[in-house]
Amino acid sequence: MSDKKYLYKKTAVLTDKSSHYCPGCSHGLVHKMLAEIIEEFGIQKKTIFVAPVGCAVLLYDYIDCDTLEAAHGRAPASATGIKRSNPDNVVIAYQGDGDLLAIGMAETIHAANRGENITVIFINNAIYGMTGGQMAPTTLVGQKTLTTPLGRNPSNEGYPIGACELLNTLTAPYFIERCKVNSSKTAIYTKKVLKKAITNQMNNKGYSFVEILSNCNTNWGMTPLDANKWIDENVEKIFPVKNFRDGDAK
Amino acid sequence: MKDKILMKGNEALAEAAIRGGCRYYFGYPITPQNEVPAYMSKRLPEVGGVFIQAESETASINMVYGACASGARAMTSSSSPGISLMQEGISYIAGSEVPAVIINVMRGGPGLGNISPSQADYLQSVKGGGHGDYNVIIFAPSTVQELADYAYDSFDVAFKYRNPVMILADGVLGQISEGVILPEFKEIKDAPEWALGKGKERNIIRSLFLNPEDRLTTHNIHLQEKYRRIEKEIQYFEEYKCEDAEYLIVAYGTTSRICKSAIDNMRNNGIKIGLFRPISLWPFPYAKLKENAASKETLFVVEMAYNQLEQDVRIGVEGAAPIERLNKLGGSVFNEEEIIDFISNSITLKGNKYVG
Amino acid sequence: MRKNVVVINKERCKSCSLCIPECSRGIIKISPEINKMGYHPIYIEDMSKCIGCTLCAIICPDSVIEVYREED
Repeated sequence: MSDKKYLYKKTAVLTDKSSHYCPGCSHGLVHKMLAEIIEEFGIQKKTIFVAPVGCAVLLYDYIDCDTLEAAHGRAPASATGIKRSNPDNVVIAYQGDGDLLAIGMAETIHAANRGENITVIFINNAIYGMTGGQMAPTTLVGQKTLTTPLGRNPSNEGYPIGACELLNTLTAPYFIERCKVNSSKTAIYTKKVLKKAITNQMNNKGYSFVEILSNCNTNWGMTPLDANKWIDENVEKIFPVKNFRDGDAK
Repeated sequence: MKDKILMKGNEALAEAAIRGGCRYYFGYPITPQNEVPAYMSKRLPEVGGVFIQAESETASINMVYGACASGARAMTSSSSPGISLMQEGISYIAGSEVPAVIINVMRGGPGLGNISPSQADYLQSVKGGGHGDYNVIIFAPSTVQELADYAYDSFDVAFKYRNPVMILADGVLGQISEGVILPEFKEIKDAPEWALGKGKERNIIRSLFLNPEDRLTTHNIHLQEKYRRIEKEIQYFEEYKCEDAEYLIVAYGTTSRICKSAIDNMRNNGIKIGLFRPISLWPFPYAKLKENAASKETLFVVEMAYNQLEQDVRIGVEGAAPIERLNKLGGSVFNEEEIIDFISNSITLKGNKYVG
Repeated sequence: MRKNVVVINKERCKSCSLCIPECSRGIIKISPEINKMGYHPIYIEDMSKCIGCTLCAIICPDSVIEVYREED
């Protein structure tokens, strides 16, 4: 009689739907880690996601939690509205480059500046994925995109913006860290960071921000494995992976 | 006997909204409604509510969207240019069937305009300033008392229909002080089954329906069915001295009050004239307007705008009577004399027995 | 007798190959089969070599892989 023990099982907080994300896309991985954390913490009924406009607009098809579809860039504002009126819920805003740093720049900064007790997850893949690969505020200098066919030129397009660096100038935020998920090792570490960011909210510590260097292999024109290597060799040089602020460490 | 107190319009609406259950206000300063956020910032903490001065009107409406999506009585206020910024958010709120209350204290436009009263956001409000097929329930009070009463009731209406409600005021109404009897504090127990964090089943507040199976068409049909129901149930108007009238003014808000004075004056001079005042601008009381218009020599549409209210008047009247327009453009308020002069001249010019 | 078993949801695999270099035993391969989505799913070449580290399952963005251990 054999004794079967699962070493790894798909979490029940993920739905049964096959995602529309490209093969190897980091969204799938981050969704999975968030869902696992929610299951481990037993907070599925309490959690409310605020979905962005971007590839992850349909995150509610994959993560089985209450979700608000926010207008483009406005997730931090809507998350503020939800959290202020429902302080016992765990409110997670999940956003991409354009949502967080372009159209939503004001909302991003001000929710952080008010120290809203929410968790903001930033998927930084240095491009606009859903709309076909246009330049993002995080696109690297020289990177070719649909709207920078000759490569991002600072004199015309400016330089990439570091979200963690920007938010780190504010007094109020409690936790700011940049991570990556381009290997099992980095994914395991990032899951710990995400756990912290959610725990902070549950302990009413204040604003937690996690930026995750992600791949958009389709719009980068690479295989998923090459895209993940590109993150190590190029993206991380502009966006250092580290903790910027940890209120617990004071 | 409840006390009548003297209150500024903007403050009366804020107090009444709070008594009607509002516990969340997210807004941004803009003249001529700055008293609303100022009042809210003081009063909401007193009742255990939350006030945030948001970073913009865009952020404000999206905060309202989030809070109302989780079943809270949240509101915002602004004036014309700020309401323009909110149009996207209003479309989302309507499309997602989230109850919300928005106040527009109209000022002169277009663009930066001026800070004087105007009624030039009529079309933006009733025909939908944002994208897509949707409607916002629009109330147009004309006194501070009415402003307070509608602010008080607006949340119940919004929650009843899961629809945004807008109170369309103008700078005069926001700024004048009048005697008002404030309503009693309402006990609120909203925990709607459809709201975020409130349902037994999972709730998604959304307006995106990409797949053919999701059927955006079906959703839109459902919205329209709801709007037809609202049109049957909400038809607010006032008929002032219409019974024996031969001429009819159509006006709303502050303009309608000035018209009432003009009507009283003209009646003293033998002109049989009345006022039809729509109070719900959407749904517009077309049927009652047509009923009143049927026997009239001429209808005079008087508005602080160009051909905005008039368009709905034409729709309602369906050619039953000739229509003339008297407009004040660019953030400017009527005085009684010019209304009397215009109407009297018009009547005289038509070779009528009255002398203007 | 300990046995590690990797269960692959073949129809959900998008052939992204992120799991392949994660396997220190090198036993994950791309199959010549095509699943309903049009991708070549992965398969385990030699299950007996699996050490049950679950790194393949951890990195999979589509939760295609589950791993269990059987002790007789």
